[in-house]
Amino acid sequence: MASSVPLAGKFGYRFDTVGMIGLVIILFWAVVAIFAPLLTPYPVGDIVDFDYFGPVSSKFWMGTDYLGRDIFSRILMGARYTVGISLGAVTIACFIGVTLGMTAAVIGGWYDRVLSRFLDALTSIPSMMFGLVLVAAVGSSIPVLILTLAVIYTPGSYRFARALAVNVNTMDFITVARVRGEGIGYLIRTEILPNILGPVLADFGLRFVFIVLLLSGLSFLGLGVQPPYADWGALVRENIGGLPFGAPAVIFPSIAIATLTISVNLLIDNLPRKIRDRSE
Amino acid sequence: MVNPVEIRDLKVEAKTDAGRTVEIILGVSFDIAEGEILALIGESGSGKTTIALTLMGHTRAGCRISGGSVSIAGRDVVQMSEKQRSSIRGTEVAYVPQSAAAAFNPAHTIMEQVIEVTRIHKLMPPKAARAKAVGLFKALALPDPENIGARYPHQVSGGQLQRLSAAMALIGDPGLIIFDEPTTALDVTTQIEVLRAFKSVMKKGGTAGVYVSHDLAVVAQIADRIVVLKGGEVQEVGETAQILGAPQHPYTKQLLAAFEPAPHAARPQAKEEEAPKPVLEVRDAVAGYGRIGADGIPAIVALRSVSLKLERGRNLGIIGESGCGKSTLARVIAGILPPISGRVLLDGKELAAKARQRSREELRRLQIVFQLADTALNPANSVGDIVGRPLTFYHGKKGREREAQIDKLLDMVHLSRSLKHRLPSELSGGQKQRVNLARALAAEPELVICDEITSALDTVVAAAIISLLKELQRELDLSYIFISHDLSTVKAICDEIAVMYAGEKIEQMPPSFMGNPQSHPYSRLLHASMPKLDPNWLDKLEQDEELVRNFSNR
Repeated sequence: MASSVPLAGKFGYRFDTVGMIGLVIILFWAVVAIFAPLLTPYPVGDIVDFDYFGPVSSKFWMGTDYLGRDIFSRILMGARYTVGISLGAVTIACFIGVTLGMTAAVIGGWYDRVLSRFLDALTSIPSMMFGLVLVAAVGSSIPVLILTLAVIYTPGSYRFARALAVNVNTMDFITVARVRGEGIGYLIRTEILPNILGPVLADFGLRFVFIVLLLSGLSFLGLGVQPPYADWGALVRENIGGLPFGAPAVIFPSIAIATLTISVNLLIDNLPRKIRDRSE
Repeated sequence: MVNPVEIRDLKVEAKTDAGRTVEIILGVSFDIAEGEILALIGESGSGKTTIALTLMGHTRAGCRISGGSVSIAGRDVVQMSEKQRSSIRGTEVAYVPQSAAAAFNPAHTIMEQVIEVTRIHKLMPPKAARAKAVGLFKALALPDPENIGARYPHQVSGGQLQRLSAAMALIGDPGLIIFDEPTTALDVTTQIEVLRAFKSVMKKGGTAGVYVSHDLAVVAQIADRIVVLKGGEVQEVGETAQILGAPQHPYTKQLLAAFEPAPHAARPQAKEEEAPKPVLEVRDAVAGYGRIGADGIPAIVALRSVSLKLERGRNLGIIGESGCGKSTLARVIAGILPPISGRVLLDGKELAAKARQRSREELRRLQIVFQLADTALNPANSVGDIVGRPLTFYHGKKGREREAQIDKLLDMVHLSRSLKHRLPSELSGGQKQRVNLARALAAEPELVICDEITSALDTVVAAAIISLLKELQRELDLSYIFISHDLSTVKAICDEIAVMYAGEKIEQMPPSFMGNPQSHPYSRLLHASMPKLDPNWLDKLEQDEELVRNFSNR
């Protein structure tokens, strides 16, 4: 088309409704995670109710847990751990995976073969078992959790980015840049990354969801965040005993996990065209 | 009696990604008489294929026929239901696609696919269909007509496959056959066989035909009448001889003028005693692909000991058919593909085999421009960034100085400065190729290798690029290596032509010498195979069968 794109259209990302809902929920949890200490009506570790598995009431908005602690406060604080740890882990995993994937595609040869086989070997270990062994051996702390999760999810990210980069790598503009004498850094940053960014962002979102679920799983097994603090997975585990009574203490953390993971999925499925279709 | 085809005021509209509706065919009308072959000619985007597809009641995704009528043997396909349309496809209208290789299913034998039409429409028992197919194979001059049907598509050559797809179209005895650029992807020597075969079956069968092409010379050989299209409108309709001999419309004249570009005024060769050092010299280059064997020779040898010399300020054309190694030669010179043996000298100084090992200065002096601007420009970078990168990389230019230089380069290739912030996808094919060229010029090179840079462009646009190249040469004292399969473009720009065949340079000569009886037989064959605008060229063309067989390695 001959008409130029107006500037407003260049920067304005248009979301559709579903994507917008996803984004709003994610932003909501992000705000909660940041301001949690200011929002909690009761201190997280304090036993505030004499009854355990208390029902929803005006005093305790989401009931109380197996010790009589306020679930609402614990979910707000749990968001910090769940969102923070997952975000940290997914950022490290994607950064390392995508960078290595692109360099493997650009350099090729032995570098690519050795790196690919090594990371394939890592993929072959079941993620839950790998996490269990590692955390059990080293002991659970937040940095250990973040690194463990990052290591588990790096190979997938690497594979994904490499597959995309290999396709871009065969294009003539890469050959032109190579013949110009450009280094690897320029090639991956300026020539390849912008062309695979859309799918890589979608992968980032998906991987985030997987990490939330795995972290919840680890916490459920008692290897996640240690008491008295708890992430959402740990909250479900602590209060699993209340399930036969239909206690809100077990239902609300589950809902929290579901809302976050589903909304991330909704968002990445409905990313604005401009971001999603960049590589086309 | 009803004409096989009557198109009246046909309109087709398309929906763009932005949701806007654009008219791409703006009221086209024409008839085709019984046994007549009508050619639709025009540049890309002129709507020629769109019109051809409406003859089957089909439009590409996102398009729809918004008005007018298309009558096939008196029945309007626009009004038909989809079911009625499928019933006429193959029996009344048949289609021969551009790429037969993509149209055949590699998993089935050729015969199965050729007689599929008769099975779908229950026209005849399979046995009769097979016998008929063999008859068609004979009529299309295919080798071993009895058994060729038992082969798979990858076991026959491109030219044969194209003729087989014509057999597939003819088996249902349609009243109309649509040829959609069927010879565009073929080599010139193959093109002749295919055109001959098409012409003879069409004349014998008395079937009406529509021949879509951008190549006037090819159309001249086969069509009775020509419709010249531009921007979805008919510019001129006329008998072939009239269109070629006495065109009325300015656009037709422009097309004809672009076909025969003015030959290049050769720069006089320097006298022997003062012979300057050649800007580029290649000595005994051998290169290939695949695993390197114990004897140091790769599995597929693409280049067998090629040597050439190019003096400063002169242009060397490299011509040959697909697979002759001309692009491999360019890749060896540019250092993309290190040769097995042989040397490349720039200004008398030997270059390292791999581009990685060459100095930045050496890389700057030798630039390469690729055929497909679509893949040679990073879709994520703006035109300004693409052109500006070599400025920063080689010359360390930044900020305002860089911007000023980008503007100057865009002016040089006759592009508007306002295009600087556009992405490549927002440019036309010709504009992209100009950006591609501007990027090479940004390095301030001494030698530019042009690898088929006009092959993907329309004739008129390609002619403009050629004249731009000449202009730049005068201003910047460049030398070009111009690689092409098209003799007329090479003639238009080069001082010397090197003819390549099967990885070897057969000979090198001035363009005027091409076709000379003393030249190599293959050069003569290549020269004779280039279609001419004369409608009788194909009929008059006499080829030495022996020669054709020797040099068509298929």
